[in-house]
Amino acid sequence: MLRIDYLQVPGLPALSFEVAAHECLAVEGPSGSGKTRLLRAIADLDPAPGYIHLEGLERGEVPGPEWRRRVRYASAEPAWWSAIVREHFAATAKLDRLLSALALPPAILDRPVAELSTGERQRLGLVRAIADEPRVLLLDEPTSALDAQSAALAEELIKFQMLAGRTLILVSHDPAQIGRLAHARLLLADSPARKPESAAA
Amino acid sequence: MSAIDLSALDLALAALLLLINGAISLTFGLRLEPRVALAAVRMTVQLAAIAFILKFVFAQTSPLWTLVVALAMVLVAGYELMRRQGRRFSGWWAYGLGNATLLLVGGLATLYAAAGLIGPQPWYAPRYVLPILAMVLAATLTSVSLALQTLTEGAEQEREAIEARIALGATRFGAFSPLVRRALGAAITPLLNTMSLAGMVTLPGLMTGQILAGADPVEAAKYQIVIMLVLSGASGLGALIAAFGGVLLLTDSRHRLRLDCLAPARA
Repeated sequence: MLRIDYLQVPGLPALSFEVAAHECLAVEGPSGSGKTRLLRAIADLDPAPGYIHLEGLERGEVPGPEWRRRVRYASAEPAWWSAIVREHFAATAKLDRLLSALALPPAILDRPVAELSTGERQRLGLVRAIADEPRVLLLDEPTSALDAQSAALAEELIKFQMLAGRTLILVSHDPAQIGRLAHARLLLADSPARKPESAAA
Repeated sequence: MSAIDLSALDLALAALLLLINGAISLTFGLRLEPRVALAAVRMTVQLAAIAFILKFVFAQTSPLWTLVVALAMVLVAGYELMRRQGRRFSGWWAYGLGNATLLLVGGLATLYAAAGLIGPQPWYAPRYVLPILAMVLAATLTSVSLALQTLTEGAEQEREAIEARIALGATRFGAFSPLVRRALGAAITPLLNTMSLAGMVTLPGLMTGQILAGADPVEAAKYQIVIMLVLSGASGLGALIAAFGGVLLLTDSRHRLRLDCLAPARA
């Protein structure tokens, strides 16, 4: 259970909502309405006053890196800090299974990041975010660069994360995808001045 | 043996050589004549001033004067360090980190060289301490400046990559490790080049000065070797402190990347 109380993200009114384990909350709103800022605040990547509890533990009670090992933000355009794909992953037996779940060959690990397509990078970013089994996944448009077939595989993997007991918050511009994955919705208004209808789970 | 005194006439004859630069500027329309004159005057006034200050300090028995001049040198070096940064930290840290590093490293290295290695009587004799400090500050200034420059520019350019590691649970030093390595490499390289080429292309200033003052070349070389090794240690230590201090300033206690700690870029 992820519970958020009076979280003050810059440019947004204070937000309160909760998302249960096994469930997915979709965050909707036009571009610039603060969806990414909200996810980044929950992952404690940007300062935001308020309370975030994960299974009874408040964000400030653990060091930042420890919180982010549990509450994982995955960007729509994952960034890479080394030339070769493998250097971004801890070697685990699960890695090959995650790759094959997204139709990525194991040999992709030894390729240079610069040679990969946007879609391959996005799928690898999803694998990287999931590989060490965080409790909460904050997915920022996880299938925006994928074709229909890859997107369907990615959705299966995301669903499996819910089955495994993880809590999900999903930003997506695809209403059909939100319909397939989300149990509840949070609408962010386009103008920061206007009050949002904060839907509770 | 001692140096041959220069007469006022010698200085005046040397000044004639400025006419070469003046003539170049006039002939090629560079309009640099005022700057040639100003630079020469500045050089003369600054060196004369520092000479009289040193003469005064050398004549004092109290180490307090040495300390005052040493602190002034650190402050000037700290200001120069801040001026060289393309992206500065905002507020007091623009001066703070550089000055603290220069003070600590300058103090330690000078203490080690003067009291530990050369050993004049007394160990704080300004004739030894102040020139050594000046050389240590110049070398540390270069390495600290390069380390901070690499770090702050890299943090801006590679913001996404650093935040990707932070989002995956890395600590601030974990996320910055490639950048810290690059900053340290950039900081240490110039002095390694100087050491590799010492005596091959040019004679280092300290050794040249001692030889002109009548010292035995072997003794002069020994001094130069000691000083160069002290400088290499000082610039390495300075780069290390600046790089780690820089990472602490660029992040917060929650290990978040905080580029808002940098002052806005200058136009």
